[in-house]
Amino acid sequence: MKYLPLILGNLLRHKRRSILTTLSVAIALFLYASLRSVSTTLDSATEAGSTSRMVVRNATGIVFPLPKSYINRLEAVPGVSRVSYANWFGAWYRSEREFFANFAVEAPSFLDMYPEIVVPPDQKTAFLQDRGSALVGVDLMEKYGWRLGQNVTLNGTIFPGEWTFTIRATYTVTNNAFDEMSFMFHYPYLEERTERRATPGWFYLKLDDPDRAPEVARTIDDQFRNSSTPTRTETERAFNAGFMTMWGNIKLLMGTIGLAVVFAILLVTGNAMMMSARERTAEIGVLKTVGFGGGLLFALEMSEAVVIAVVGALLGLGGAKLLWANVKAFQQFLPGFGVTPGTLAAGAGIALLLALVSGFVPAMRAYRLSVISALRTVE
Amino acid sequence: MRIPLIYNVRSALQRPVSTAMTAVSVALVVAVFVAMLALASGFRAALAKTGSADNVIVLRRGAVDELSSGLSRDAARTIASFSHVATGSDGRPMVSPEVYVLLNLTRIDGFGIGNVVARGVTERAFDVRKGIRITAGRTFTSGASEVIVGRRIAQRFQHMRVGDSLEFGGRKWAVVGQFGADGSGFESEVWGENEQFMPVFRGEVFQSVIFRLADPGAFDEAKRALETDPRIQVTARREQDFYVGQSEMLTRVLSVLAITITSIMAIGAVFGAVNTMYAAVASRAPEIAVLLTLGFRPRSVLASFLAEAAVIAVVGGAIGGLMALPINGLVTSTTNWQSFSEVAFAFRVTPALLLAGLVFALVMGIVGGFFPAWKAARLPVVQALR
Amino acid sequence: MAIVEIRDVHKSFQRDAQAVEVFTGLDVDFEEASFTALMGPSGSGKSTLLNLVAGLDRPTSGVVRVAGSDVSTMSASQLAPWRARHIGFVFQSYNLLPVLTAFQNVELPLLLTDLSKAERRERVMVALGVVGLEDRKDHYPRQMSGGQEQRAAIARAIVADPTLILLDEPTGQLDAKSSQEVLGLLQRLNGEFRKTIIVVTHDPNAADKAKTVLHLEKGDLVEKSRGAHA
Repeated sequence: MKYLPLILGNLLRHKRRSILTTLSVAIALFLYASLRSVSTTLDSATEAGSTSRMVVRNATGIVFPLPKSYINRLEAVPGVSRVSYANWFGAWYRSEREFFANFAVEAPSFLDMYPEIVVPPDQKTAFLQDRGSALVGVDLMEKYGWRLGQNVTLNGTIFPGEWTFTIRATYTVTNNAFDEMSFMFHYPYLEERTERRATPGWFYLKLDDPDRAPEVARTIDDQFRNSSTPTRTETERAFNAGFMTMWGNIKLLMGTIGLAVVFAILLVTGNAMMMSARERTAEIGVLKTVGFGGGLLFALEMSEAVVIAVVGALLGLGGAKLLWANVKAFQQFLPGFGVTPGTLAAGAGIALLLALVSGFVPAMRAYRLSVISALRTVE
Repeated sequence: MRIPLIYNVRSALQRPVSTAMTAVSVALVVAVFVAMLALASGFRAALAKTGSADNVIVLRRGAVDELSSGLSRDAARTIASFSHVATGSDGRPMVSPEVYVLLNLTRIDGFGIGNVVARGVTERAFDVRKGIRITAGRTFTSGASEVIVGRRIAQRFQHMRVGDSLEFGGRKWAVVGQFGADGSGFESEVWGENEQFMPVFRGEVFQSVIFRLADPGAFDEAKRALETDPRIQVTARREQDFYVGQSEMLTRVLSVLAITITSIMAIGAVFGAVNTMYAAVASRAPEIAVLLTLGFRPRSVLASFLAEAAVIAVVGGAIGGLMALPINGLVTSTTNWQSFSEVAFAFRVTPALLLAGLVFALVMGIVGGFFPAWKAARLPVVQALR
Repeated sequence: MAIVEIRDVHKSFQRDAQAVEVFTGLDVDFEEASFTALMGPSGSGKSTLLNLVAGLDRPTSGVVRVAGSDVSTMSASQLAPWRARHIGFVFQSYNLLPVLTAFQNVELPLLLTDLSKAERRERVMVALGVVGLEDRKDHYPRQMSGGQEQRAAIARAIVADPTLILLDEPTGQLDAKSSQEVLGLLQRLNGEFRKTIIVVTHDPNAADKAKTVLHLEKGDLVEKSRGAHA
């Protein structure tokens, strides 16, 4: 560390250049971390799916409903401890562009099966007692400024008409993979108002032993295979994973852009380092005359690159982590969006690589520069 | 007097590595810019081409998409009887009542399951919707358990070659042909006969009715007539507007994402350009002093260095455009969250987009070059000549 | 044994396509505690001779022995630490690092040793004291006059207590007064501290202060006279 004044002195000599280069590194790493976080969030959302819960849906397509009568047959399947069901409602609020998830659920069993969804006890009771009420996520409440007890009217699409609900409860989640932006109401209400025409979109199953999942899936799907409404049963984790593939090859997209970003910054940083190196030819000659060896100068030159990379990494990666922890912009599409330790590590690795690659040429130059030719540029 | 540009070009070439690195970093930003907007543009184009301005799509009132709509046979008949509906050469109305569902099918290369649109039509659909052509095999036969597959989606899902059979709704369906539709969204669909699809899916309802306007200019009148008729509860839209609307959300998200990411990248590239130009000015201080002594005005010096930065950046922009060009026409697919269905589309690099990329590069160059050029123009001559 | 022994040294350069011969069989010794001025017209090889002694350049043939080591055969990685230990070099254009203070500049050679921070500080202050720059220790080169910069450079050259002090036109960029200060300092270093000094110069004042004056012409030692203060 006794060489620190030398390293910092060189960086501070061209303050503007050093600052701009460091900021470029910071910007690039910020972008990289943000892009990678999209992939990690998708992955962890998949991982977060439970293996002791399963989803049963119509094999032809998720948009097709299932007969309510299936509930008895499902409850009877060995290994299944609880059954619930829900239906996608798909209504809009205020304008067709205002989108949030809304669906009808068989509330008592659903809330039992999903301890990750936390409702204050008094609100839960109120919700369960009022058939025309709704359970709303806290982020959604905040977005529209709704209050408990307020009436909210949605415009049905699949089930046309105006639907009014009273908000009786709000929920928070204990697991990042769930969002707090959904709107749920009672399935019986849907059934009633559509005169029994609505039937469940899918069933939820709770298993008493996760290892029995494949067996349970086989039993159920075999049972209904040749009926008019065949089923597809899979664990919640597999079901979520299926949704993730709908994003298309987003990982490839994010990865490619990330690569371009890093490469562009490499050029900027390398350029700056080389400029500094060229200007310091004479100094290198002086230091070598004093007795600084080639190896030492190589290390000093590299250290400069490392300092820029480290400061840039702290700003960029730190900035990304802080920003996404506090800004909820993407939470609706990507619940739990944030920078993971893995991404930080990857970013740090890239910063290091950046330092090594951009510092290499100038460092080699310093190593190999002959004193005589270095000094000749001065005298 | 203006300083000849050749001075700047030669000077920039004197530091080839530095100049090249700056140009390439600009190139990368422009390449990402063009590529991402080509993605958004391709998606939008596929859907925009899907509808015709001469057609009207009728859905149940309150439905925002075909999926959530339902029209009875009676309603379909009523709509067909309106005078606004064009008549075909055979004297019958140009109207297509359609069944619309989403099938869960398995993707090729093990990417899991996707939602594919299955549309139940009659042969009338081929007249009402323009530009549909069989590209392989033949069309489906009425009354048979047969389907044809859009050629774009055929490449992305299993069992979609001519001769294969798809299994859904508890039945086997023979894939007897593939069709093309001008690169529109229909090429991502599976078509079969509506009467065959109805019993399998949602019973005696159609999801939509599409008809050709007898008088393309009379849309507003037709819309009013349909929506106020007491026998039916419907909404009517121009088919093209409807499909463009379906693409809006994702297109907007992709465009915003593209602009945000590339703007952030651009800041980094601009910083690089600033560094390069300041170093250029510093190393050429004596030359600048000479120019000023000779009588060139400071603002000529300013313009000269700005031009140098701009040229380096625009060259970078051109390289970036060339880098992005090969993806034009590359087919990819994604789920359109608005319609929940899978849409296969091609990247679309247009001349306008490439031009936008060059302009973007130019802006980067001018922003990056401004302060250094300013400094060059204000160089104290005596100091520089010492 | 002389502290510097130069035996039958040949040195030639490649300038474009031509080979330029600087020395063709040079023999010269420098005794310990000597104070020698090297003079001669430009191109006579005086700077080259200095560079050979410092191990900054290698002869085409011949032997250059300094403080017992044959520097003409040592590798670059061996020469660096050797130079740190044995050579203090002063340039015409001072060559202080502009990003460091006077103190930090003088400290540079000591960074290559194992001395602790306190020990380094002590020696730097001593060196600054010898050249009379203690009160400017925290100034940057741009805040000092030419003479002060050169004195700082000399402090840097002596701080590690080297075997030889080599100077290449040290007064070339200084005014008369500063030159006098610097030369007086050299005399003191030689007289009081018994340092071996070799100065390349064409300043007759500098030659005056030296004990021995060597004249070089076209690579040959043509005259050896005693300085005015011998």
